[in-house]
Amino acid sequence: MDHFPTNWGRPRNDAFDPYGTYPIHQRPAVKDNFAEGVQHTQQPIVTGTSVLAIQYKDGIMMAADNLASYGSLARFKDVRRLHAVGTSTVIGASGDMSDFQAIQSILDDLVIDEFTHGDGHDLGPAEVHEYLSRVMYARRSKMNPLWNSLLVGGFRDGKRFLSYVDLLGTTYSAPSIATGYGAYIAIPLLRAAVDGKQDQLTEEAAKSILHECMRVLFYRDARSLDKYQLAIVSEAGVQISDQIQLDTTWNFAEGIRGYGAQTQ
Amino acid sequence: MATASVYSGPGFDFTNEVRNNFLTDRGIPLPKATSTGTTIVGCLFKDGIILGADTRATEGPIVADKNCEKIHYITDNIRCCGAGTAADTEFTTALISSNMELHALSTGRKPRVVTAMTMLKQMLFRYQGHIGAALVLGGVDVTGPQLFTIHPHGSTDKLPYVTMGSGSLAAMAVFEAQWKPNMERAEALDLVCAAISAGIFNDLGSGSNVDACVITASHTEMLRNFVKPNERVQKERSYTFRRGTTEWKKEEIRALVVEEDITHITGRGTEEAMDTS
Amino acid sequence: MPDGSFAHPQQRQFNPYSDNGGTILAIAGADFTVIAGDTRQSEGYSIQTRYAPKVFRLTDRAVLAVNGFAADGNMFVKKVKQRLEWYRHAHAKDMPLRAIARLIQTMLYAQRFFPYYVYNILGGIEEDGTGAVYSFDPVGSYEREACRAAGAAQSLVQPFLDNQIYFKNQKAAPGTTHPAHLPLSDVLSIVIDSFTSATERHIEVGDGLEIYVVVAQGRSPQGLDAFRGAQELSTQPNGDRMFIIRRELKKD
Repeated sequence: MDHFPTNWGRPRNDAFDPYGTYPIHQRPAVKDNFAEGVQHTQQPIVTGTSVLAIQYKDGIMMAADNLASYGSLARFKDVRRLHAVGTSTVIGASGDMSDFQAIQSILDDLVIDEFTHGDGHDLGPAEVHEYLSRVMYARRSKMNPLWNSLLVGGFRDGKRFLSYVDLLGTTYSAPSIATGYGAYIAIPLLRAAVDGKQDQLTEEAAKSILHECMRVLFYRDARSLDKYQLAIVSEAGVQISDQIQLDTTWNFAEGIRGYGAQTQ
Repeated sequence: MATASVYSGPGFDFTNEVRNNFLTDRGIPLPKATSTGTTIVGCLFKDGIILGADTRATEGPIVADKNCEKIHYITDNIRCCGAGTAADTEFTTALISSNMELHALSTGRKPRVVTAMTMLKQMLFRYQGHIGAALVLGGVDVTGPQLFTIHPHGSTDKLPYVTMGSGSLAAMAVFEAQWKPNMERAEALDLVCAAISAGIFNDLGSGSNVDACVITASHTEMLRNFVKPNERVQKERSYTFRRGTTEWKKEEIRALVVEEDITHITGRGTEEAMDTS
Repeated sequence: MPDGSFAHPQQRQFNPYSDNGGTILAIAGADFTVIAGDTRQSEGYSIQTRYAPKVFRLTDRAVLAVNGFAADGNMFVKKVKQRLEWYRHAHAKDMPLRAIARLIQTMLYAQRFFPYYVYNILGGIEEDGTGAVYSFDPVGSYEREACRAAGAAQSLVQPFLDNQIYFKNQKAAPGTTHPAHLPLSDVLSIVIDSFTSATERHIEVGDGLEIYVVVAQGRSPQGLDAFRGAQELSTQPNGDRMFIIRRELKKD
């Protein structure tokens, strides 16, 4: 209980008093009720970095590297962060890998449940995304989130689907989406190449754009790897590629001497 | 009664620090300084250096200035882009610009970029990050083209292409994807524009126009508002008010023209008028 | 942990809220209501998407705009729509606007100690055929008004509306009074100008604009014809009419 009368009836997170309701000397010291953090929940331990996805002419494409980090340690270098759900959906995960594996088993159970009904219905990307966003929002509302940012992509009944959902239950959809550092580094490149051109973009062009973005991410994201997988979802269904190796060049550094006034 | 001291010591004035800490504790933080949320970049090309900047200045989520100038003058052959606290970048670059001029006069030589870089990093290090200036310094001197970034704590970097500010990741992505050594002027200018545009359209702290500055051994060209991709749209209505819209309680008209009678005093003893030239 | 297996909470932080920016606005006329919102969804300094609707059609004569934390907003709209559908099944008609307003109040207050971090503006046509706007705070305090702006640029837009809709602190020309309600064309112009201005000066506002117009049964949507690209959403031939107008806003 807050025993400061001037705090009663005030919003719990009000960090300032924009309309000067109380004289300065009567105002109690500001405190944020969420500052000490809230019980339950964890922190991410073994984490995956960015996932990138774009729409293209015949469907959607998604890319994620094969690294799972343990803090700053590159702990597991052969991790699969793209996962097919049913026959027309793929999900990609960044954030906590154990939470992602829990999500994988939840979704696999769901797909099996749906299959055993034998009623001819199965889950498409829109349904998987709706289900996932409800799971994520419910967990955040219990203050016990699944610590991930997820992309859900797919192709069904002649239509592309690409959406995002994260640990808060926030969702959105766009022609190009990226999680983690990809949202800062890859999105400017993806938006310039994809947005407004989704219906013209060929499979080859889409592949090379994502390849280029994965390379730029490897140059600048310290928690990334030069080995990634690509998922393509189109009329033909879900195809998740083998590991693709990035080639990189660092020879620009040869002409540089020091970081300041040094010349030798 | 003691008279107020008129002595003002050199450097910053800390007399209000205790009061301000008290106010901050009571939920009245310091007024927000105008910050240049900013995308700034610099890149090396065949004949020299190109610097680039957006033109948005923000106060929190509010756009304070839609067309500010972030490429500051240091000397004829050296310019400096500033990100961070607007006042800090302006005063720091102005101070170093003065000192560079004095340095050039006392040595009788054309100023070098490393000199400006060293002056800036030493000053920023001395203030331990309290001067919030994040800079991209570029120029061409007797040693050739030089490009540096200087962080608020005083560390520096030397690279063929650099970015700073809240849009630095967006701009750097463009450089990492497209920069190559020994570009022609036009190609490099297009690349700088693309990098700044990536910041303008993807980073909320950056916006409005693209400024660029091309520095070569013989010439410096400031391209102010080089691209203007965000012109203000025409409003649907005009907002003029009828004369008499504002009510008043009392009317008082004062004459602002002061009339004065002037009596010319002449011809007392001598006929010559006073020479007033 | 939920079973209390740790005596002391560990050093971890989870803030269940976020702010996704954007602005919404609604203005009521004599026999119409205009409800609008921009389409940018942002977090921090990043644009998540340039098109995420914040304004939703609830019934043939009610529109709800939500702004604040997007996950809460979407979930809230979903639950309101569900309650309205249950009402349709139970009563074979749409819920009247004032009843939707009261429903929203109770739904918001039910979450008093873990609120939906959302500012709601409900607009539409009342049972008596008048245009109405109801605005809510996150825990359910509400009020019927002639106009309201909410969200990131509320402090920029609301004073403008006070001036242009309420004519606050302005003297009418001699022998005249200020109009109680403006015609539709004027209201639409004011809405568009509000958003283009907010886009100029607020970093979280921009990308696109969606304007819903609800016109009372039997009234002509005069003034709409001047706005090209107005798309009709009405479901019944002689009921209230609903339109949507889409505009581009600056993307920087």
